[in-house]
Amino acid sequence: MSSQKVPIWEQESDVAQPTLGMNPIKFSTWLFLLSVVMIFASLTSAYIVRKAEGNWVDFELPPIFWVSSIIILISSVTHHIAFIQAKKDNLDQVRGWMIITALLGIGFLVTQWYSWVYLVQINVYFASNNVAGSFLYVLVGLHALHLISAILFVFVITGRTFRYKVHSKNLLGIELCTTYWHFLDALWIYLFAFLLVFH
Amino acid sequence: MESLAHPHSQSLEVHGHGHDHHDDHEHHEETFLTKYIFSQDHKVIAKQFLLSGIFWAILGGTLSSLFRLQLGFPDMDMSFLKPILGGWIENGKLNPEFYLAMVTMHGTIMVFFVLTAGLSGTFSNFLIPLQVGARDMASGFLNMLSYWFFFASSVIMLWSLFIETGPAAGGWVIYPPLSALPQASPGSGTGMTMWLISMALFIVSSLLGSINYVSTVINMRTKGMTFTRLPLTIWAFFFTAIIGILSFPVLFSAALLLIFDRSFGTSFYLSEIYINGEALHHTGGSAILFQHLFWFLGHPEVYIVLLPALGITSEIIAVNSRKPIFGYKAMIGSIMAITLLSFIVWAHHMFVTGMNPFLGSIFMFLTLIIAVPSAVKAFNYITTLWKGNLVFTPAMLFSIGLVSFFISGGLTGVALGNSAIDIQLHDTYFVVAHFHLVMGSASFFGMVAGVYHWFPKMFGRMMNEKLGYVHFWITFVGIYCVFFPMHYTGIAGFPRRYYSFTSYDAFKSFGDLNAFVSTAAILTFSAQFIFVFNFFHSIFRGRRAPANPWRANTLEWTTPIHPQHGNWPGEIPHVYRWPYDYSKPGAAEDFIMQTVPYSETASSNLEGETDLIEEEIPATQNA
Repeated sequence: MSSQKVPIWEQESDVAQPTLGMNPIKFSTWLFLLSVVMIFASLTSAYIVRKAEGNWVDFELPPIFWVSSIIILISSVTHHIAFIQAKKDNLDQVRGWMIITALLGIGFLVTQWYSWVYLVQINVYFASNNVAGSFLYVLVGLHALHLISAILFVFVITGRTFRYKVHSKNLLGIELCTTYWHFLDALWIYLFAFLLVFH
Repeated sequence: MESLAHPHSQSLEVHGHGHDHHDDHEHHEETFLTKYIFSQDHKVIAKQFLLSGIFWAILGGTLSSLFRLQLGFPDMDMSFLKPILGGWIENGKLNPEFYLAMVTMHGTIMVFFVLTAGLSGTFSNFLIPLQVGARDMASGFLNMLSYWFFFASSVIMLWSLFIETGPAAGGWVIYPPLSALPQASPGSGTGMTMWLISMALFIVSSLLGSINYVSTVINMRTKGMTFTRLPLTIWAFFFTAIIGILSFPVLFSAALLLIFDRSFGTSFYLSEIYINGEALHHTGGSAILFQHLFWFLGHPEVYIVLLPALGITSEIIAVNSRKPIFGYKAMIGSIMAITLLSFIVWAHHMFVTGMNPFLGSIFMFLTLIIAVPSAVKAFNYITTLWKGNLVFTPAMLFSIGLVSFFISGGLTGVALGNSAIDIQLHDTYFVVAHFHLVMGSASFFGMVAGVYHWFPKMFGRMMNEKLGYVHFWITFVGIYCVFFPMHYTGIAGFPRRYYSFTSYDAFKSFGDLNAFVSTAAILTFSAQFIFVFNFFHSIFRGRRAPANPWRANTLEWTTPIHPQHGNWPGEIPHVYRWPYDYSKPGAAEDFIMQTVPYSETASSNLEGETDLIEEEIPATQNA
């Protein structure tokens, strides 16, 4: 029915008759986020269950997590500014803020990488018998993988601004991108807080 | 704001892409490839899932026949299977490692590939848009991806059956350390790796499907299709999809950590282990942790398997009893209750792992509560049948068969859910009997009933009824012959998954019973080919179906006999009433379709329904 050339998140349905007043694609995105929540919920509860069994080597969390947290918080703000500018049709502004957001995202990934470097320096390795350390690598790594996908999403949306596909009457793409980004921001803050409490 | 803006910008977008091949996206030419292979039409995708499911069911059934031969006739010379099984037959005997691999693959195939993908994939895809009144799924593209991820997953799982070391052999629950150490058994090497890759793809497929189902039910119902006017099939598919979205990611986490243990040297699940006198480097892992994660998916999974079958049964029993379903809202409530409870009972699979007995009592208590909504469902099926104007179509017989299995299998669940009795019954054939009846056979019957019932909508032809009756009676009697004796052997302590029971004095006396079970199993399996023949023969040679062969109320029967992509040629019909107005007193016919407004049925309207006439929008006014 709908054109295959149009990206999925753009396929507005002449076929759909929304009864909830919500775009089905947007709703699907929220459901996708729910499944990501379940991945991390299961991993953090596995962490708690495993910790309760004892035989748990404690170590200091990498202090650079404070830096990465601040970076990702700022990136959420910049992404949101881009979204607001898109509503006002200021495409130059949108591009600028999106690129800043992507750069901050990359900066976040770099700081996360240095958290691993720190862990190696204090002799906490991924492939070791120290499960506490392995868990930290998994949580950080899996979150970083999601963030990489979000950065790619930001690039795609930024590319679309150059083709004038993002504007006040076509906000779905950038809105989903913003939602995803905020979600990953909140997810990291949750993970960091969780680690602070339970490490 | 946005929802207003979008259709407009969409049309701009489509024309902006004018360089591609279709100028009119309503009537573009479909090639064989886009129509039957990479189709985005939910009906075609449903048939793809159905055909794949039938393929897998035959394979899974064949595996069970093979290992039933070993169990029933341990002294038999199996050399005649050498052309098929090759090296797995040694000196006329089945290789014990391969026996374990067959048990594992039988479970994996039946649970995931047949009763999850084959059942939900077929009927959620086929019925959700048709019964809620939508032209297609929320995203046809993701729906297509869902099938092809499943296909890729199937290819890898099938491939693993043919590698030299054999497929995964640690049981479908893939507990570490058996699944985590390639040294543990031949199947724990490449076979296990392929199992994990295949299941990762399966999880993606399942999530794509589930997300689509939920979005479609919530966002794309036609005008007038309120939640309380949804057929119970849709309610069941809806909650099945929600369970899938919440539980499959947890299996993903469990598998991820398992992969790290297998291939990256971590110790999430592996503790101090010696193999051939040599200590492995792993220390401090917790195998129980895996069980927690696995069963957090594993238990909801049995409801992913069962709920769609229950939904299908609700619909078929109401239609063929010519009566409204008894307790429509209670049915919805019980589906909700089962969904909720399915997430908080997982540890009843782990009573004998040394868990705190107090915790065991809590999980026992929660588990036994499931009997309440289950009993509500069983009660409502029976009361719907009670004094109904029963029409015994094959679909109806299979639905009634489901109710029978649901009750007889469910009762043993109450016994198994007790943490104390479970010490004796755990991992015996009692468990095998329980879940094969309540989950395996019941869901299978729901699936087959669904095929008989919606075959006319799928292919525009009817299936042969006489063959359907033969198929039903052999299968129904056969399944009880297979699984009922297992309760007995299970109570006696006969353990499941054992290759050879004849070496144990305690179990030698069960030789005859096992031979009987095996004979019944193989006969029952053979009878399924009646269905397979009926299915494929009827696609081409079946009697042509009328528009509404079962005189049912739901929306799918308002479509043309061969619905095209988009389902309704004109406007999507509006819905004015719930789907269960059968044998309504005062009505001209014994069914009133959902599309008939109350203003046209003055003679049968109940108090209060006449008031609804004023709210009705004449179909013509609504463009």
